[in-house]
Amino acid sequence: MSHSSSEAAQLSDTTVSDTSATETQALPGDGLREGIVDALRADLGEHLLDIHLVPQDDLWVRVAAESWAFAAQSLKAQGFDYFCFISAIDWLPSPYGKGEDDPDAEPFVPSTEIKQGYAGGDTRFQLLARVTDLSRHVSVTLKSDVPESMSMPTWIASYFGANWHERETHEMFGIGFAGHPDLRNLYLPGAFEGYPLRKDFPLLSRMVKPWPGIVDVEPMPKSDDADVVETPEVGESES
Amino acid sequence: MTNRAVKPTSLHNASAGAEGSASDEAHGGSSRSEAAVSPDHQKRPVPATRMNERQQLSYIAAQAADARLNVELETEGMTLNIGPQHPATHGTLRIVARLDGEQVVWAEPVAGYMHRGYEKLTEVRTFPQVTTLVNRIDWLGSFANEVPFILAAEKLMGVEAPPRAQYIRTILFELSRIANVSLFLGDLGVQMGAITPVFLAFRDREYVLNLIEGATGGRFHPNFDRIGGLKDDLPKGWIDETKQVMKKLRTFCDQIEDLLFGNEIFQSRTRGIGIIPAEVAKSYGLSGANLRASGVDWDLRRDQSLPMAWDKADFKVWTHPDGDSWARCWVRLQETREATKIVDQLIDNIPAGPVMTKVPRIIKVPEGEAWVSTENPLGEMGYYVVSKGDLGPFRVKIRSASFNNISIASWVLKGVYVPDIITILASMYFILGDIDR
Repeated sequence: MSHSSSEAAQLSDTTVSDTSATETQALPGDGLREGIVDALRADLGEHLLDIHLVPQDDLWVRVAAESWAFAAQSLKAQGFDYFCFISAIDWLPSPYGKGEDDPDAEPFVPSTEIKQGYAGGDTRFQLLARVTDLSRHVSVTLKSDVPESMSMPTWIASYFGANWHERETHEMFGIGFAGHPDLRNLYLPGAFEGYPLRKDFPLLSRMVKPWPGIVDVEPMPKSDDADVVETPEVGESES
Repeated sequence: MTNRAVKPTSLHNASAGAEGSASDEAHGGSSRSEAAVSPDHQKRPVPATRMNERQQLSYIAAQAADARLNVELETEGMTLNIGPQHPATHGTLRIVARLDGEQVVWAEPVAGYMHRGYEKLTEVRTFPQVTTLVNRIDWLGSFANEVPFILAAEKLMGVEAPPRAQYIRTILFELSRIANVSLFLGDLGVQMGAITPVFLAFRDREYVLNLIEGATGGRFHPNFDRIGGLKDDLPKGWIDETKQVMKKLRTFCDQIEDLLFGNEIFQSRTRGIGIIPAEVAKSYGLSGANLRASGVDWDLRRDQSLPMAWDKADFKVWTHPDGDSWARCWVRLQETREATKIVDQLIDNIPAGPVMTKVPRIIKVPEGEAWVSTENPLGEMGYYVVSKGDLGPFRVKIRSASFNNISIASWVLKGVYVPDIITILASMYFILGDIDR
């Protein structure tokens, strides 16, 4: 199809043939990442819950919590031997706002609506990890819902580097890792109470002395957002 | 033959000496001529060959012999605490090592003396304010910290900086690499008792810092990168000055290569010590020169496409097969040279045009998630940015290079001797702000 059209284009005009060639390149398919998803699905079956694929750019995969460690094994067997990071996200909106003291700002209304990002999810906490295949130049971001027990399997068997990352995630989010040899605090003092990166952990410095807020910026020009723009202004900033 | 009477402790020489009297004399002769200042001294490249098998075997044999001795003597264990305040720890990293005689049985770095909680702080800041924070992560190469965050925000917003801004960004990125790594090269000498290299390094890094200050206004924390471009264009005369400074820095690299890398003491303390195989390096997520020194050919400047100007420059990604302390230092030295060449190539071809694209005055980043990482002076630095369409990010995961790079310490320090702790840590090259964030 594209072959014949480019032939026709060559007959008529060279510039047209150039555009048709770029159009062929920009097709939205991404065989490399789709192949990775297929291989993962073959290993994990229905424990591969959801994917989010941005062609030629990036790939998110959400797996079931019980397959978290097996997903790492499967990826490593596929050639993803470079470990990038493990962390977590708390999807609960912060009940404290930004701790700003701006008299013009609208009063902060805390929300409890939990809305997960790419590749969906069901729980408030999600684990997040990224591994890279250095020979195929492709990376995968793995996600998994953290169950109520707040316990996940460890990745140390597959990636040594997971050790410190899981320690950090444990102290910052309170997510346990079954099978981890040494879940001591990495940064915080041993007797520290609370999990600082959870959204309901207050940022005390902002509580004690709120930030003066946005005092020196003008409203956004030509925006549809009613909560930012009070008075429409002419011209866009070019500085 | 007076210098033969003093038997060098160098591994290199020890194994060469074992070969027999004929080769021993030949070696003694060559080392003397190396010490003498000959006119072609500057021109002759220092050989960067991989360590031969004989050298590796002799080191392993020496370690095995010592291990046997320790078992026979039943030397009592002791715990050695290094730091948090120690010149070798670049800040406040503490190393706890359990020793058996002179050998480390178990060692672990203790971080957290400088944890500032940037991931939490980003959640109460707007997107443009975050660059001020991330500037302080790797404080020797600050501009390079800003770039991946700004790129992640731009990716979410779907904007791209104009070509001129991309070029200037890349040039400033490489300048911060040069400033960062040149200080490393000087500091390397101090760790092993050589004072001169650090003076050279501070002298020549100053030229680079002056350039960064000239363009951005800040020596250490430029805070110059903006979503959509750069704060300002380059000042007048900056390009000519940069070319001069790059020449000076290449001279500095040559000096360090002769003075430090050609030094027998330096070689004997780094070659064959702290070997990290490629598989282990990848599994720990080592990045930057530490990964490339283990023979893994991976450089994010070359191996991913970003709206930056690295693909417009022709440069070599250096690797080394040995994976020891020497290889890590040597790769960094070559990278500094390559960085000066990148700057030279880009600076002649900066396109004309604006340095800032059109972005709203108040930046709201659309809902989404993005990951962008770049090859920073210390290794792969990346930001996982989650936005909920607000003025500030919902969550930012900061993946800093030194965190992974130093997490391997307890693996690599096992079985080494006490003085080697210092050289291995020095060759791993970490910055405390980059571990603790």
